[in-house]
Amino acid sequence: MSSLAVRKAQPAAGTTPGTAQGPPPRHRIAWVPTVTLLLGAVYCLLPVAWVVIAATKSGSELFSTFTFLPGTGFADNVSDLSAYRDGVYWQWMGNSALYAGLGALLSTAVSAVSGYALATYRFRGRETMFNVLLAGVLMPPVILAVPQYLLLAEADLTDSYLSVLLPQILSPYGVYLSRIYAAAAVPADVVEAGRMDGAGEWRIFTRIALPMMVPGLVTVFLFQFVAVWNNFLLPYIMLSDDEKFPITLGLYTLLEQGANTPALYTLVITGAFLAVLPLVVLFLVVQRFWSLDLLSGAVKS
Amino acid sequence: MPNTKRRRLVATTVAVALGATALAACGSSDDSGTQSGPVSLTYWTWTPGMDKVVDLWNKGPGKEQQITVTVKKQASGDTLVTKILTAHKAGKAPDLVQAEYQTIPTLVSNDALADISDQVGDAKGKFAEGVWQQTTLGTDAVYAIPQDIGPMMFYYREDLFKKYGLTVPTTWDEFAETARKLKKAAPDKDLTTFSANDSGLFAGLAQQAGAKWWTTSGEKWKVGIDDAATRKVADFWGGLVEEGAIDNQPMYTPAWNKALDTGQQLAWVSAVWAPGTLTTAAPDTKGKWAMAPLPQWSKSENRTGSWGGSSTGVTTDSGHKDAAAEFAAWLNTDRDALNALAKESGIYPASTSAQLSGAFTSPPEYFSNQPDFYTKAAEIAETTAPSAWGPNVNVAYTSFKDAFGAAAKNKSDFTAALETMQDDTVADLKKQGFEVAR
Repeated sequence: MSSLAVRKAQPAAGTTPGTAQGPPPRHRIAWVPTVTLLLGAVYCLLPVAWVVIAATKSGSELFSTFTFLPGTGFADNVSDLSAYRDGVYWQWMGNSALYAGLGALLSTAVSAVSGYALATYRFRGRETMFNVLLAGVLMPPVILAVPQYLLLAEADLTDSYLSVLLPQILSPYGVYLSRIYAAAAVPADVVEAGRMDGAGEWRIFTRIALPMMVPGLVTVFLFQFVAVWNNFLLPYIMLSDDEKFPITLGLYTLLEQGANTPALYTLVITGAFLAVLPLVVLFLVVQRFWSLDLLSGAVKS
Repeated sequence: MPNTKRRRLVATTVAVALGATALAACGSSDDSGTQSGPVSLTYWTWTPGMDKVVDLWNKGPGKEQQITVTVKKQASGDTLVTKILTAHKAGKAPDLVQAEYQTIPTLVSNDALADISDQVGDAKGKFAEGVWQQTTLGTDAVYAIPQDIGPMMFYYREDLFKKYGLTVPTTWDEFAETARKLKKAAPDKDLTTFSANDSGLFAGLAQQAGAKWWTTSGEKWKVGIDDAATRKVADFWGGLVEEGAIDNQPMYTPAWNKALDTGQQLAWVSAVWAPGTLTTAAPDTKGKWAMAPLPQWSKSENRTGSWGGSSTGVTTDSGHKDAAAEFAAWLNTDRDALNALAKESGIYPASTSAQLSGAFTSPPEYFSNQPDFYTKAAEIAETTAPSAWGPNVNVAYTSFKDAFGAAAKNKSDFTAALETMQDDTVADLKKQGFEVAR
């Protein structure tokens, strides 16, 4: 399905200036914006560079050698981290992948169905529903964590994988984005034509509308994946068993072990570095869908 | 607002119990009774290696009594208190929790900790008076069993003290003189720093000076954060920061680690667990440090404060309070358990008999140059001044960080910062529905 979308969107991408019609005309370098952007890039990348370099330092090198001088302990750090409590780190990594992967997938599915319905069908209360959703977009999920905990406690679901997955499935922002995208990418005529040809509503959605929505849904998936991967408070409140912890929570317990224990800085830093890698890979892999989405969106509207 | 009402009621109960009248607060209707059949308990703790200690129980006494304990490792700190209280609201708190001493009043005023005096009352003799009192809040009830303590001590670089001709200060006046003398001899070095990040350190110093931050009179709380004793401490450190005799940068930062490791700072006012911190913070200076008692406010005094330390409590949500209390008592008083705690978790035990046995017969590796480290530590621990915690220590601590952080940075008046801390704490108590005496 996704390949179909890619093929569909490609001509749109080709029409944008600068990509297909030869190299863009040369301009003089605009110094002010360039320098501003470079400063911004340095500001964003410096901490990342710090983490990467600090992850290579052994415990004795960490605070004593020059900050940006790579150390010699990376392999030791990784093996120490893997040995910590019988490899619980990799369990956390797996948990994070499960929460973020499955959670984002389910969330995208729900967003796609609801967004499409809100965009295509006219029914009473549609705008009210959409406005409530918009209010949901403005509400930071952090403040919902405690009420969600109390709710799930009623259902006896706390301290389970479900307790972290369920609240993440409904993403107001995802639904909002899907509606906007469906309204722009799925022409009413096409839906009407499908009905004429006798296709059922479900068939129209899965066979006609969904492929058209894929670039937008990739965006929803990415946003949601990153949000879940980085989420801290919800799993913090829900989970008490550290075998079910995601990586964020696990690293926090590594850091906060009480005053009488040497802080495991090297392990935490190495752990944080390794935890960023899947996100980097994900972005590199899915990026092409994302840029297509932005371009095709611009052309269509 | 039934919630507020209930809190006020509980608050009153605590306040009454805290008063002179020996009243068993919340004469808990024990729903556990005599248990039959196997019992399984959950235990929230941040202590590393605790699972191995608990294994000893599960294979030994726990097996005989059919009580199995499962460790659920948590992160330490104030956030854990919030988590416990949230879980308690849903009736889902674990059977056992690890709680720092200063959080016990918060947990008790929220009715999260059960009174286990009937089950563990006779454990009292195993602990120093001042330590035990923190788990009873001065009542006949017992809300937790002490696990580890953090009596405060003075750590210094033995070699550098010799190099600059400094002597180990025994009073705070001498401490100030030492700081000035060092500044004269080596202007780029500091004796130590005043860290506005570490509320627990300041609380411990005030405790040593005789401060009582939270007390009760009748049914009301009284907040004494800006009392004479604390003001003395604040003025002392504020004065040193203002004249530049010591540094004003926070502790536990990479820069601070470096300052310790390179000898840029020569001393550290800390607690018995310092060897663990120094091992990672200043790995290159191993064997060059020594420990001495904390300086005193007058020659005739011999007191110390405490920084850190925690206890094991049984929650009101537990369906097996007897079994949980039994485990808590075993964990913190049994010889094998305490030995394992020292070995696996590196804690300094609250139990006085354990302070000189097993792992504590030889000094910590980092202090191998001071063979009598733990003998001295036990002597110092005995002089710990009583503490007085209240139900909103976290608010006072946050206010400390904000107010003293700004004051230390600007080298301005610490007394004003102390007043802010007092006002914030009183305002929060009132907001929570407690009655506060002026």
